Amino acid sequence: MSANAMVLENVQSSDRTWLETLHEWLTTVDHKRLGILYILSALWFLSLGGAEALIIRIQLIHAHNNFVSPQVFNRMFTMHGTTMIFFMVMPILFGFANYLVPLMIGARDMAFPRLNAFSFWLSFLGGLLLYFSFLGGSGLYGAGNAPDVGWWAYAPLGGRAFSPGHSSDYWTLALLVSGFGSIGTAINIIATIVSMRCPGMKLSRMPLMVWLYLVMSGMVLIAITPLSAAQIMLLIDRYLGGHFFDTQAGGSAVLWMHFFWIFGHPEVYVLVIPAFGFVSEIISVFSRKPIFGYPVMVAATVAIGLVSTSVWAHHMFTIGMNSYANSFFAITTMAVGVPTGIKIFNWIGTMWGGKIQFKLPMLFCIGFLFQFLIAGLTGILQAAAPFDWQLSLSYFVVAHFHYVIVGGIMFALFGAFYYWYPKTSGRMLSEKLGRWHFWLFLIGFHLTFDLMHIPGLLGMPRRIYTYEPGRGWDTLNLLVTIGAFIQAVAILIFVWNLIISYWKGEKAGNDPWDAWTLEWSTSSPPPSYNFATVPVVASRRPLWDLKHPEDPDSRYE
Amino acid sequence: MFLQFVSAMAVWASEPEGSSSNGTNIFDPASTPAKSIADLSVFVLVITGIIFVVVFALLVYSVVKFRGRAIEASREPAQVYGSTQIELAWTIIPILIVVVLFLATARVIHAIEDVPEPAGAVDVIAIGHQYWWEFRYPQLGVVTANELHIPVSDPARPTPTFLNLLSADTDHSFWVPQLAGKTDLIPNHPNRMWLDPHRTGIFLGQCAQYCGVEHAKMLLRVSVDTPEEFASWVQSQQQPAVDDEKVAAGKHVFETTACINCHAVKGTVASGRFGPDLTHLMSRSTIASGAASNTAKNLRLWIENPDAVKPGSLMPAMKLSDFDLDALVAYMETLR
Repeated sequence: MSANAMVLENVQSSDRTWLETLHEWLTTVDHKRLGILYILSALWFLSLGGAEALIIRIQLIHAHNNFVSPQVFNRMFTMHGTTMIFFMVMPILFGFANYLVPLMIGARDMAFPRLNAFSFWLSFLGGLLLYFSFLGGSGLYGAGNAPDVGWWAYAPLGGRAFSPGHSSDYWTLALLVSGFGSIGTAINIIATIVSMRCPGMKLSRMPLMVWLYLVMSGMVLIAITPLSAAQIMLLIDRYLGGHFFDTQAGGSAVLWMHFFWIFGHPEVYVLVIPAFGFVSEIISVFSRKPIFGYPVMVAATVAIGLVSTSVWAHHMFTIGMNSYANSFFAITTMAVGVPTGIKIFNWIGTMWGGKIQFKLPMLFCIGFLFQFLIAGLTGILQAAAPFDWQLSLSYFVVAHFHYVIVGGIMFALFGAFYYWYPKTSGRMLSEKLGRWHFWLFLIGFHLTFDLMHIPGLLGMPRRIYTYEPGRGWDTLNLLVTIGAFIQAVAILIFVWNLIISYWKGEKAGNDPWDAWTLEWSTSSPPPSYNFATVPVVASRRPLWDLKHPEDPDSRYE
Repeated sequence: MFLQFVSAMAVWASEPEGSSSNGTNIFDPASTPAKSIADLSVFVLVITGIIFVVVFALLVYSVVKFRGRAIEASREPAQVYGSTQIELAWTIIPILIVVVLFLATARVIHAIEDVPEPAGAVDVIAIGHQYWWEFRYPQLGVVTANELHIPVSDPARPTPTFLNLLSADTDHSFWVPQLAGKTDLIPNHPNRMWLDPHRTGIFLGQCAQYCGVEHAKMLLRVSVDTPEEFASWVQSQQQPAVDDEKVAAGKHVFETTACINCHAVKGTVASGRFGPDLTHLMSRSTIASGAASNTAKNLRLWIENPDAVKPGSLMPAMKLSDFDLDALVAYMETLR
């Protein structure tokens, strides 16, 4: 298997003009190229969303600051949230899925290559629509551009009476269009995993990450559809005289909240479950042990997926639900802690008795473990509904979900970049730059998001463009802002590393980490057909079996 | 997480003691709902803190203990695939913890939400507007804005205040951290909350649900008065506006411009409800929902150019001559 791959090097002719190359990339249906396009577009939106975050942080550096007007500030946090969730984290996770899932299950492409390209370009178009609002958001009106209704656009603020002009229409269209893209990709991932596995790869032999992507894609179908429905209803309200959310005509603001959070909470797990996947693969390889309790890990993921569809109203503890509803959503939310806890313990179990190698991917995953632990526990605090009556809508919540998304998902993503970059490019990322990136980002992250919890406990609400002095918030906000800039520097180092290592990086070879899943059996970068001959597997770790014929995994499964 | 908690406590402790204005620290409650939340919070924090310490220690131990050494790098460690007993243990223990946390939580939810309104309670209708608060006391015939006055509640003879929360436009949220958790004000969706402050003083808070451009300057002041102070405040608020001949010019400006479309002054033609009731404007210490202190200079600036005080507020610039402005401010200053 690996011998075949080595013989067949990737054929790349270099005598093409740049126009031909561009045309090739724009019209490609190859899952690897689409994966890279997803990731590049996500990095582009990361830089936009990051710039918006820095503007927010400069404005909040001290009380009564006048760096930007309230109107601009409100646009910045709306665009930051929308960009990061819908055009950064979701696409980048789909990018990794696109690139890796077919390789990991020994397939030559996704099940529907054209749908794949269509979905990517829809998602990307969504992002362009969102940012076009900066230019076209005013329409024929004089005031305002870019949506400023917050990333959840609560009714009736998102309605016509309070958001005239077209800026929030671009928000609606962006989410609707990219939502169709997400649904397309999710269907594609499910179909690929169900029908394209290589001979011998039973469901129970898939790499754990593939399982997690299967669950994630199922949840995308559950989560995105109500969001799309709500966006269509909002458009009907705004342009066809509907009254779903128009409270002045008897519509319901609470209905919008339910629609949004029925999407919004499963979405959190849509984002975090692939991160679990990266961490599971990386911790296993760098501890030199198979994942501890594979069947339980799968079961825990499915459990998280199921339970997380019944927790959405914990975002709505303050809207005046009765005590039974509050109690119900408190217990379902706490219950998610059980399968999540199982995962953390199983990762510890994987490291236990191993020989941990502190390479860059592993460093980021260890950061993930510590930070995800804290993020999970602050989540439990907020599951206690009365405690949430204080914490909700405050900076504590902002700190909490950034702990999940940055401290958890982003750290796992960085780990994934350092782990799979050699496979996509054939080059290693620079270890030296990577360590600078890791430590700077770690320090900046903790400075920003550890401290950000405290203003929340001291009564600072989120989404305020300025605040009163003398409430104990000033110094904390200053430090939070400094931390944000340290993170920005770390990200620049990371991006520089991605660029420079593409030309200057050490040659990686097929299998630089001595890993065990199928993607490492082919060349780096893989040829367009992935595998010269379709692999046949007998266990969860086909390359372990190959490297250790005296003690194959297949004996124990 | 403990660090965060400890430093929050430290910030609280460093605040000057005995100051008349209270902070906004959720761990310094002054009312039963806030107190039971703070107690539950400490309980949940201790349990999650213990979990944190245990798992953190396990993580540190396994990372340090099982770090790979270069010498033995060539040999793979023993391949372990899992253990049903251990995995069962770390499933069942968390389930038990969740049950305990849930019971504690459900108790507090019930204790705060399902309290019937006692006979001696004060009723207030709180209406959220972009970007200010309207407070109406239906039993007492009092209407005011932005600064809520409520009586202190003696635990022996409780006089809690029950707020009926409404919204005139978008969603808002009433949050005074030391008195209670927050509750949203949502159009077409009346909510209820209650406060029974145990000590007097000024308690600060602000709108917590993003409601539009000036969400940040929708501040709240709750003045907790002794029963006597409260009675005398109510008595003065029930009076019609002072009618002072000396400021007739300013009153004329007020009553012949657009002011009266939005503002009410009891006993005059002004009966607008879009903006705050100004009958007893000078009894309040701030204007523009806490955006500025209530001085003649700020009032003048606010009327002349609201955007200078609160950019994006719905109060229009009135474009008055300096003469009219001075007269108007002089009139405002008589509205005690």
